[in-house]
Amino acid sequence: MIWNAFILALREIRRSAMRSILTTLGIVIGVASVIAMVMLGDATTAYVTNSISKLGTNMLVIQPGQDRHGPRIADANTKPFTHTDIETIKREIPDIHAVAPISTQGMKAVYGNQNYSTTVAGSNNDYFVVKDWETSSGRVFSAAELQGGKAVCVIGSTVHRELFGDQDPLDSSIRLGNFSCHVIGVLETKGASMFGMDQDDLIVVPLGMFERRISGNRDISVIMVSATSSSMIENAKSSLTALLQERRRIQSGDENDFNVRDMREIVQTLSSTTKMLTILLGAVAAISLLVGGIGIMNIMLVSVTERTREIGIRLAIGALEREVLLQFLVEAIVLSSLGGVIGVILGVSVGIGVSLFFDLPLVFNTSIVIIAFLFSTLVGVVFGYFPARKAARLNPIDALRYE
Amino acid sequence: METYIPPVIGFKGVTKSYGEGEAAAYALRGVDFEIARGEFVAIMGPSGSGKSTAMNIIGCLDTPSTGQYLFEGIDVGTLSRDQRALLRRNYIGFIFQGFNLLGKTSAVENVELPLLYRGFPADVRRAKALEALKSVGLEHVAHHTPGELSGGQQQRVAIARAIVTDPLVLLADEPTGNLDTAKSIEVMELLQSFNRDKGITVIMVTHEIDMAAFASRKIHFRDGMIDKVEQ
Repeated sequence: MIWNAFILALREIRRSAMRSILTTLGIVIGVASVIAMVMLGDATTAYVTNSISKLGTNMLVIQPGQDRHGPRIADANTKPFTHTDIETIKREIPDIHAVAPISTQGMKAVYGNQNYSTTVAGSNNDYFVVKDWETSSGRVFSAAELQGGKAVCVIGSTVHRELFGDQDPLDSSIRLGNFSCHVIGVLETKGASMFGMDQDDLIVVPLGMFERRISGNRDISVIMVSATSSSMIENAKSSLTALLQERRRIQSGDENDFNVRDMREIVQTLSSTTKMLTILLGAVAAISLLVGGIGIMNIMLVSVTERTREIGIRLAIGALEREVLLQFLVEAIVLSSLGGVIGVILGVSVGIGVSLFFDLPLVFNTSIVIIAFLFSTLVGVVFGYFPARKAARLNPIDALRYE
Repeated sequence: METYIPPVIGFKGVTKSYGEGEAAAYALRGVDFEIARGEFVAIMGPSGSGKSTAMNIIGCLDTPSTGQYLFEGIDVGTLSRDQRALLRRNYIGFIFQGFNLLGKTSAVENVELPLLYRGFPADVRRAKALEALKSVGLEHVAHHTPGELSGGQQQRVAIARAIVTDPLVLLADEPTGNLDTAKSIEVMELLQSFNRDKGITVIMVTHEIDMAAFASRKIHFRDGMIDKVEQ
């Protein structure tokens, strides 16, 4: 009986090619659009999350001067940090794994007949750790280079492009002011910061060399610290504040002459952005499923008139109600799952294609594939089956007369 | 000594009403008749006389409100929907005024349909269906769909579908209603030949006296009752 129903169903699918194609198409569109939308949404979320986390969310930035809103302008009263401050922080603050003292100065860099004004930062290798920054070619400083304050530098990709164009800068020397500096590494491109500054526009040199040849003093203008995890940021921040208050002899009640800033705003932006994207995606998926479902429903219901007469004929010549229903059920399942499979393939292909085209990370979301497939197939089966059940319960005579 | 053969069809005080109580409308008001095996009976009467209701009851598509309908001695009124479907499947062939073939389906596949529900294997189905088509003179259009056939041809396909299972009873509801006279006569001659050569009991509803003339007995209905019977 099941085999019979299967034969009848396949025959009917082949015979009513147009109706079968339309039904399948409805399901294909429903499934494919949901999967493609969600895949692209996931890819975008991953992309945004990735770029935000590249800004260094575990980072604490300590600067001299009072905590104000808006741009900080160094004035005569700002007291820089010392090397002893750095040593004490490293020794006494738990929950941090990298401390980068930084001094910066704007300078003109020259290579061959190219010259370019950029920022030179003196620091140590912790600078790259704190900023979660790796070299795309070459290396960072060796212990000897840091110790001896050798004239070596790691350059950002903007400096690379401006000075060297397509040339390989490794082992070349660039002129900084009155001395030349050996290029040992190129940093990977980080792009613009949250505030629109080009983060790749810099040259990093060992701090000792910076102090001796560029600034001529041992003042440290900024300290960047990386907490061991984002949950440790608050702890690290309060112990750093307490330590620096003590070292800079600030009386309780007086305003601090330094500030410790964390990236909480960025973390908040990150989580609210991803939350919004998730909500948006959910809505898009739900609407696509609904639209797809309505499409499937329409096609199934439109063919009821035609099918009711067919059911009447079958019943009159002696088909049992359950045989007719089984046939329709098989038909609906075959068409719906066929549409579902094609829809999954199409949706995933579109998702992959568009992700590749826009250079987004590929994210494969298995659960939405399963949900979209099951939902559309269920809608197809339900709306294929229930009108048929209603018709099969009619008196065959009434079904034959159905217009 | 002759063995007693019960009538194929027996109506005993059959009534059929629609609706309840005061508002009830009677289609049949107490009908008694019998049809023996091998008869060719025409059921006649104006519209609203109850002839179609009687036909539906004979075809096990409907059941009496009161009274008994016996098919081969079985009280159909006591059977379930599925049991009546099985009776139709195994013993009754139907021909409708509107042909009622499956569209987009070839003639031979239409004829195969009842065999499929009877569970015949594919090769037997095909052979029997082609044979039935041949008996109505349509083997050359076996693979045409109803849309490609004339009305007369469609009705002959429907006849092939009705007789392919060698039914005990062939029921024809206004089989010539949609056909011109020449085609109608062809159809009637076919019915007559199946009745005569295969011994199939043929019961036909018609309001055309010319067509009823092919039958061996005519039962006239009027107002839900039998008006007269002509031999």
